[in-house]
Amino acid sequence: MDEGLRNELSKAGVFTTSLSELYNWGQKNSLWPLQFGLACCAIEMIAASMARFDIARFGAEVFRPSPRQADLMIVAGTVTKKMAPQVVRLYNQMPEPKFVIAMGACAISGGPFKQGYNVLKGIDRYIPVDVHIPGCPPRPEALLHALMTLQKKIEEQSLTGINRPRQMDPNQTGEFPIPTFGAHDLEPPSNPEVWRPIKIDRGS
Amino acid sequence: MLSLDQIKLRIEQAVPGARVELVPNGALADQASLWLDAAHAVECARFLRETPDLSFDYASNVTGVDWPDTTVKTKVKKVVEGQETDVEESVVKPGFLEAVYHLYSMTRKHGPLVIRLRTANRTDSVRLPSFTPVWRGAEFQEREIFDLFGIVFDGHPDLRRLLMWDGFQDHPMRKDYVEPDDYEYEPTPHDEVLEKAQSRAAKEANA
Repeated sequence: MDEGLRNELSKAGVFTTSLSELYNWGQKNSLWPLQFGLACCAIEMIAASMARFDIARFGAEVFRPSPRQADLMIVAGTVTKKMAPQVVRLYNQMPEPKFVIAMGACAISGGPFKQGYNVLKGIDRYIPVDVHIPGCPPRPEALLHALMTLQKKIEEQSLTGINRPRQMDPNQTGEFPIPTFGAHDLEPPSNPEVWRPIKIDRGS
Repeated sequence: MLSLDQIKLRIEQAVPGARVELVPNGALADQASLWLDAAHAVECARFLRETPDLSFDYASNVTGVDWPDTTVKTKVKKVVEGQETDVEESVVKPGFLEAVYHLYSMTRKHGPLVIRLRTANRTDSVRLPSFTPVWRGAEFQEREIFDLFGIVFDGHPDLRRLLMWDGFQDHPMRKDYVEPDDYEYEPTPHDEVLEKAQSRAAKEANA
């Protein structure tokens, strides 16, 4: 719809919208996070949900204890290799549409445990992450900013075409393979469908 | 608390055949410890716990140490072709694994007493007696040592891995453990990470 015409109409008291705008508006303002925390970042997540920072202002205060009722997974904390299959399984159990915020240095890259043996070097190796928040731990404002970034992303999604969200594509199941415990590491160490690291060119 | 020498004497008197050695500590803390031989260790532990004036009733901490094989070079005088010369001989000292227990007494308000147990080597003979029947609090810590160092505790009620999963085969806290090459390197790696990054780059260049 023409933007000028819409402005004219709204001045005249006529509200116009489209189905996709309405759909995205509803979705972005009622994100229900899954209630689970893995480490100290979860404390900041809890602080963000309390009165001082009040994530309810963004419509995301209904932390659900079941993945079946949640549509936002906040991976708050260190994902150990022993925990990673459970996190992927929880993500698979969430109904579409579903989004992931990787909160904190550990969840996005392994953080201070990157050179260790027991921590997954970022949950984006197994599930698609929408927003990454750096920080150790990030302040509640950073989580709120991530939520606003996610809302913007939802607002801008188009429901048709090749960039349509996953739930609009009948060929995509929204399920991701769950890694298994191997003899030395998780098998496979990452999901190549999801994880495409940037190549660093070191010259010679 | 009695001095370590006195405790050593008391143990040797109470437990016939027990070998106890004083292990000095050259570090600033100068906290010496007692080494117990594995065969009599549980008896010694019971003695330490149940003797009224010692009554070490609380194992506050159990940890492991990995001592890898070391080569000791010594100069030996030898007669070679009629002449006496200094010849360097290197002797490989086999490594071992160690379990270290820190004991306190809650009733007598003294401690810590540090005792050590050593395995025969690091590969096939890694069994030690478990102190869990004596101090129940050692249960999870011995499981952790079993997990991370690979010491097998005989007499432990429930010896399973604690931190890593059951199918995991390595012992990550051993000095010769090689962790999986499972992360990308930052643009400015240094030290060990730089070496890893370079070796991986070389591998990728060859492939």
